Amino acid sequence: MKNLKKIKDRLTIIVAFLLLAGLASCGQQAKDSEKFRKGALGSDAASKVYVAPGEYDEFYAFVSGGFSGQLSVYGLPSGRLFKVIPVFSVDAEKSYGFNEETKPLLETSYGFQPWDDSHHPELSQTAGSTDGRWCFINGNNTPRVARIDLSTFETAEIIEIPNSGGNHSSPFTTENTEYVVAGTRFGVPYPQQDVSISAYADKFKGVLTFIKVDPQTGLMSIAFQVLLPAFDYDLAHSGKGASHGWTFFSSYNSEKAHSLLEVGASQNDKDFIAAINWKKAEEYIAQGKGRDVPANYRHNVYDEATQSATSNKMTTVKVLIPEECPGLVYFLPTPKSPHGVDVDNTGEYIVGNGKLSADLTVHSFSKMIDAIEKKDFDTIIESIPVLSYQHTLAGTVKAAGLGPLHTEFDGKGNAYTTFFISSEVVKWKVGTWEVLDRAPTYYSVGHLMIPGGDSKNPQGKYLLAMNKITKDRYLPTGPELTQSAQLYDISGDKMELLLDFPTIGEPHYAQGISADRIVPRSKKIYKLEENQHPHASKNEDATKVVREGNEVHVYMTMIRSHFSPDNIEGIKVGDKVFFHVTNLEQDYDVPHGFAVMGFENAEMLIMPGQTETVTWTPSKAGVYPFYCTDFCSALHQEMQGYIRVSAANANTALTWSLGK
Amino acid sequence: MKKYASALMVFAVLSMGLLFVLPMWKITLLAPQYPTGISINIWINDISGDISNFNIMNHYVGMRKITTDGFPELAYMQYILIGMIILGLVTGIFGKKKHYWMWVFLMVFLGIIGLYDFYRWEYNYGHNLDPFAAIKVPGMAYQPPFFGRKELLNFIAYSYPAVGGYFVGISIFIAAMAAYFKHPEQA
Repeated sequence: MKNLKKIKDRLTIIVAFLLLAGLASCGQQAKDSEKFRKGALGSDAASKVYVAPGEYDEFYAFVSGGFSGQLSVYGLPSGRLFKVIPVFSVDAEKSYGFNEETKPLLETSYGFQPWDDSHHPELSQTAGSTDGRWCFINGNNTPRVARIDLSTFETAEIIEIPNSGGNHSSPFTTENTEYVVAGTRFGVPYPQQDVSISAYADKFKGVLTFIKVDPQTGLMSIAFQVLLPAFDYDLAHSGKGASHGWTFFSSYNSEKAHSLLEVGASQNDKDFIAAINWKKAEEYIAQGKGRDVPANYRHNVYDEATQSATSNKMTTVKVLIPEECPGLVYFLPTPKSPHGVDVDNTGEYIVGNGKLSADLTVHSFSKMIDAIEKKDFDTIIESIPVLSYQHTLAGTVKAAGLGPLHTEFDGKGNAYTTFFISSEVVKWKVGTWEVLDRAPTYYSVGHLMIPGGDSKNPQGKYLLAMNKITKDRYLPTGPELTQSAQLYDISGDKMELLLDFPTIGEPHYAQGISADRIVPRSKKIYKLEENQHPHASKNEDATKVVREGNEVHVYMTMIRSHFSPDNIEGIKVGDKVFFHVTNLEQDYDVPHGFAVMGFENAEMLIMPGQTETVTWTPSKAGVYPFYCTDFCSALHQEMQGYIRVSAANANTALTWSLGK
Repeated sequence: MKKYASALMVFAVLSMGLLFVLPMWKITLLAPQYPTGISINIWINDISGDISNFNIMNHYVGMRKITTDGFPELAYMQYILIGMIILGLVTGIFGKKKHYWMWVFLMVFLGIIGLYDFYRWEYNYGHNLDPFAAIKVPGMAYQPPFFGRKELLNFIAYSYPAVGGYFVGISIFIAAMAAYFKHPEQA
């Protein structure tokens, strides 16, 4: 009995001790958790992001939608969403990819693609500064590059990239928008063919593409491709200043693995940054060294005059082979599967963000030129010289964090790098490579953006970090959560978190620009007298309904607050009806919408002065209402009409009217 | 001063010609939907500006469309002006003091007639409403202000002379000065 009591006492002590320890550890865990969740907010953060009603934001931010395929437009510092521009995915709200005018934009050599993955917006530049004319963005899945016209904020052009799979290292411009680039993230058979995947090392190649941009119209054309080993080309940036004329592409999988890449592509201590001398490439093209290689790709252009896109089949590309073009390509060994390759605003430093490392590797452009001149090569891979790592190395930012992904610059000698694994932004000094400050992100940051931060002339006031995971940051919305962006004030020595806002899709990367470079160019309406749409009706007297066999063309207008015509009879089951609808308004912010009951199509949202077309093949007789879907005016609800559909063999006369 | 009276008169008369390049009168509407306003300009021989938006807004309450055809004055006002300029030049060069004054009073008289005509048009425009209008506010008329500012439902309307209108005033004043300084005996 005595022993039993002793044991009982001891047990009590042990249990009590465990309980206490447990409580203590719970307390610590709660504290740690709190530390992860909350950023240190300055007391005046709210006033720094407050843009009073009716006031304007200082910057535009063009934030990609990632897997949404679109491009969103936010204001900074407020984080307010202004517009989602449909680019690579259909958008029923705007009839994008549904109306006859925009369908050709989404055509590819594989057929109509209703979706893609839009990753990297890139603003056009003049003399190394963002000029507010166009925004380019890559389609990752079915390789393409799109151009968005910033006078209308609409997709103006999409060009497909042949000989590629996964256009990730794109579109990154040169300093006068001479070129935007594309690069394949997958090695693919070259030429594309039915071949065993295990023949990867022999039959697969990696192709980098230079797309010429017309300085006046912005129209894109593939100037040339460079045939490289089948590494995975990840990101890119072009040189500036002294390094203007070069473009740098990061790569991983120099192991050429084709299965279980998470292991197979992570074995080599160093992968490569490919440095392409595109001025040299121009010389080789001029000398006729470019091979005309059969290719099958689409070039889709939206013409603002006819307000319609056309899809053009392209059949060849010029390809440069490094073996035949000495001095065209060099490899810079860079540790640990580099993701971002970022050229600082002076053009001297090329930052390799080795994503499986704690360090950042910085190459020097002038040292690279010196290594090339002295032929200081470690080895040669498939005719491409690999420069000596020690020779080109400018410095290393040591143990700055875990998993560096992407770096931008503030123009004041500082660089800012995202670290995905340790979920933070780290500020460091260009030249001394010392870490100056660090700020947590919520959570798992990918890219960051400083307005102009990848150009020659950054506007280093704000930094936007784009996060992949939000977990507990916002009110829960079931299993699928929003991703987010976080705004930091970087005008002082310390980064200060100001704002945290949800985004559309995956905010993969962004570009920022002073509003004053965009606002004066922004169109308010489309001028009716400039509308050259072949099916436009410029006034109500021009409206009509025309039967051509089984096709019926309805030429309709809309103005506050009626359609003309609004009563149509004589349509028959099985007819293909084309509604060519013109918005006659010439006033700012007066769109009208159009939708027909059961028309198996998307509404049209037509801007002032614009004409759009949707088709409908009615399958049942009856009377079908249609109406304006955009609340346009006090009598918006009266803006409606009827279409009578008769049986296929009926002899209802074709009539149309308004106000009778 | 006296010996320059003739030159002054000629200058005043010629400056009336500015009405061919500058609008006389301006009506502006401000509303929540039109925070920066929409305006029409009335010229000696034309109407310009956001006419189509004026018409779109005003048709809801049954106001008639503004069209250049609706103003027969626009067709002949310019000839009256040309006539007055020729008459003024002849007066300025050959006329006597009393002729100077006659021209000035004739011009003022024509101006008053013009303004009365403008008022009459405004009255009709604001009162002569389509009985089938979508929006009918009992007792409400939409006559724009003759001169100044006036609130009409959700709109604030402004009606003031435009640059050309002010020049007419200045021209008449200068002509009056010429008449005042003109030597009574001199031709």
